[in-house]
Amino acid sequence: MQSALTQRLRIPNFYWLAAIGAIISAAGTLAAFYMEHHGHQVTGMNNQVFWGLPHVFAIFLIVGASGVLNVASIGTVFGKKVYKPRGPLSGLLAITMLAAGLFVIMLDLGRADRLIVAMTHVNWTSVFGWNMVLYPVFFGLVGLYVWLLLDRKMYAYSKAAGTAAFIWRLVMTTGTGSIFGFVVARQAYNSAIIAPMFIIMSFAWGLAMFLIFQAAMYKWEGSQLDEEIRQRLNKLLGTFVAAVAYFVVVYHLTNLYYAKQTAFETFILVSGGIYPQLFWGGFVVVGTILPLLFVFVPALRSMASSSVLASIFTILGGLAFLYVFIIGGQAYPLEMFPGMEVKSSFFDGVVDPYVPSLPEFLLSIGGFGLFFLLSLIVVQILPFMPQDDMAQLRASGALQD
Amino acid sequence: MSEPQDRIENKSRRSFVGAAAVAGASAGVAALAPGLKLIEVAGAAPRAPGEPASSAVRWGMLIDTTKCASGCDACVKACATENGINETVKDPRQGSQWIRKIDLKDPKTGQEYSLPMLCQHCEHPPCVDVCPTGASMKRADGIVLVDRHICIGCRYCMMACPYKARSLVHMPLTEQNPLVPRGQGCVEACTFCVQRVDRGQQPACVEACPEKAMLFGNLNDPNSEIAQRVAKEKTTQVRADLKLNLGVRYQGI
Ligand code: SF4
Ligand code: SF4
Repeated sequence: MQSALTQRLRIPNFYWLAAIGAIISAAGTLAAFYMEHHGHQVTGMNNQVFWGLPHVFAIFLIVGASGVLNVASIGTVFGKKVYKPRGPLSGLLAITMLAAGLFVIMLDLGRADRLIVAMTHVNWTSVFGWNMVLYPVFFGLVGLYVWLLLDRKMYAYSKAAGTAAFIWRLVMTTGTGSIFGFVVARQAYNSAIIAPMFIIMSFAWGLAMFLIFQAAMYKWEGSQLDEEIRQRLNKLLGTFVAAVAYFVVVYHLTNLYYAKQTAFETFILVSGGIYPQLFWGGFVVVGTILPLLFVFVPALRSMASSSVLASIFTILGGLAFLYVFIIGGQAYPLEMFPGMEVKSSFFDGVVDPYVPSLPEFLLSIGGFGLFFLLSLIVVQILPFMPQDDMAQLRASGALQD
Repeated sequence: MSEPQDRIENKSRRSFVGAAAVAGASAGVAALAPGLKLIEVAGAAPRAPGEPASSAVRWGMLIDTTKCASGCDACVKACATENGINETVKDPRQGSQWIRKIDLKDPKTGQEYSLPMLCQHCEHPPCVDVCPTGASMKRADGIVLVDRHICIGCRYCMMACPYKARSLVHMPLTEQNPLVPRGQGCVEACTFCVQRVDRGQQPACVEACPEKAMLFGNLNDPNSEIAQRVAKEKTTQVRADLKLNLGVRYQGI
C-alpha cells in the first residue's frame, strides 16, 4: 500500500566526489598513524589539555548522529507525512555520522591499536564503558529500521523499530553528555543540565547536516525540493537553534549563580582570549544569530540557498561551542586550593596555551571526509532519494500539519 | 609498541604489580602461575610476587608543609630516578610528572607554603570510576594504579582526576626501569613506589626528603606513626569537599 518513498540516484561526477572524500579520509588516517608512531608529542595536546581538536569534531559527529535521526523519528514515531520519505536518508546519515565520529575518537586514542581491549574489558561504572554498548546497538537498531523502511514487504514493522531507535538515541546522547556531566572535578562540567543540553544540540546539529546533504542530493538529481517543504524544515532548524541558545544561557547562568563558578565564567565569557572570541563570535553570532536570520527574515529566507547557509552556520557555531566547552574547560586551571595563588613546575594555576597541530586538524577533518564518502557511496548504490507526492500531501493537508 | 610486556595480559588485577615485576625481571611470563594461594598480610611486611595486596592495610602519606622547603625538589628527582622517568621532553607540558612541587601564597595574609603534589590515592577514586576498560584500579591496600597493558590512552581518567595527578606518555620510551613498566600512549601516575613498598621499603620520595616532611605508613594500623598523628593532629585533605577520602594528608595548610 506504500507508494515508493525513495528512489535511486545517479550522481554525476560520482568518482570525482568519491575521490575527494577518500583523500580527506585518507589524510586523516595517515595523520593518525603519524601521531600513533611518534606519540601525542606531535600534537598540541599536553597533560593539561589532553582532549584536543579531534575530540571537538568527534563529539560533534557523535552527538549530531543521534540528532540526524530526528527527521525519521518525526515521520515514523510522530506520523508527520512530510518527513516520511526522508526517514531512510535520515537513518543512513545517522549511521555514517556515528561511524565517522567513532573513527576520529578511536584514532586519537593513545593506544588506537587496543580497540579489541576496549571492547573486551568493560568497566560498567564508566560512562565511556556504557558507550561501548550504546553505539553498537544504535548501529544495529538504525540499520534494521532503514531496512524495514526500504523493504516494502516489511514496512509495517518500521514503526516499532523506529520507536526503539528513537528511544535509544535519546539514551545515547544522554550518555555522551554524561561523559562531561559526571566529571565532578572540573568547574566547566559538573552540571545536570549538560545531558539535556546535548540532546537539544544534537537536534540542531543533526538537522543541519541532514539539510546540507539533502540539498546536495537534489542538486545531483537536478531537481528541486518543494519550497513549502524546504521552509518547513528550515523553520524546524530555526526552532532547534533557538532552543540550543536557551539551554546555553541556562547552563552559564547555572554556573554563575548556583555553582558560583564566577572566575571560570569570566574566563570563558570575557577574559580568556580565544575562548570568549569563539563563544561570542562563533557560537552566538555565526552559530545562532545568522541561522535565525536566514530562517526567519523573509527576504533571506526566500533565497534558495538559505537552508544550506543556515545549516553551515549552525554547524560552525556547534564546533565553536564545543571548542570552548571542551578545550576551554581544560585550559582553565583546576582549582585545588581556593583563594590561594598557585605556582608549580607543572603549570598549576596557569591557563594552557593550546594550539592544535596539523595532524590533529587533518584527523578532525578526516571525520567529515569519511562521513561524506560513506554517505555518497550508499546513496549512489541504494535508493535513498526522497520522493514527495506533492498532490497527495496537499490534498491531505499534511503540509500544514 | 612491540615490547614483550605488551603481550602479558594480567587477568587478575590483584596480582598486577607482582606480575609486572616478574615479567620485567625475567622476560618469561611462565612464573605468573594462576591460582597462587592468597595469603593475607598485615602491616608493612614485604609481599612476595603473586601474593595479593591486603585490605587490612591502607597505605597513606602525611606531608608536613611547615617542613617542606620552597625550591627543594629532592622528592621529584628521587621519583624520576626510581621510576625511570628520564625521557627528553621538548615541551615540558607534555612530560610526565608523577610528583611535582606546588608553591602557594595566601594573598590575604601573604603566608607562603610549599608542598609536593602527587596522586592522592583516593579511597573513592574518580579515575577508577570513569576508566572504560578497568585499567585504572585500586589495590586492596588502597594504592591506585594503571594496568598499562589494558590502558587504551583515552585520557578520561585525566579528565576525572581533581589533582592533575595523571600524565599521558606523549612519546616513545627507551631505557625503562624493568620493575616499573611505562609506555607510550598510556596514562600513568604515582604508584606510591609500589615495587618498593611490596619489598617492605618506603617510597623513594619519602626516603629522599632531607627535611623528613613526608611520612608513609599504614593508616589502618592504630599503632603506626601515621595513624597516630592523623588521629591526634590537625590534617587536611585537598578538596575535601569532594569527599574522596584521600590517602595523602597535609599539615600546615
Ligand atoms: S588523585 Fe587522581 S589519579 Fe590519584 S586516585 Fe585520586 S583521582 Fe585517581
Ligand atoms: S587513559 Fe587508560 S587508565 Fe585512563 S581512563 Fe583511559 S583506559 Fe583508563
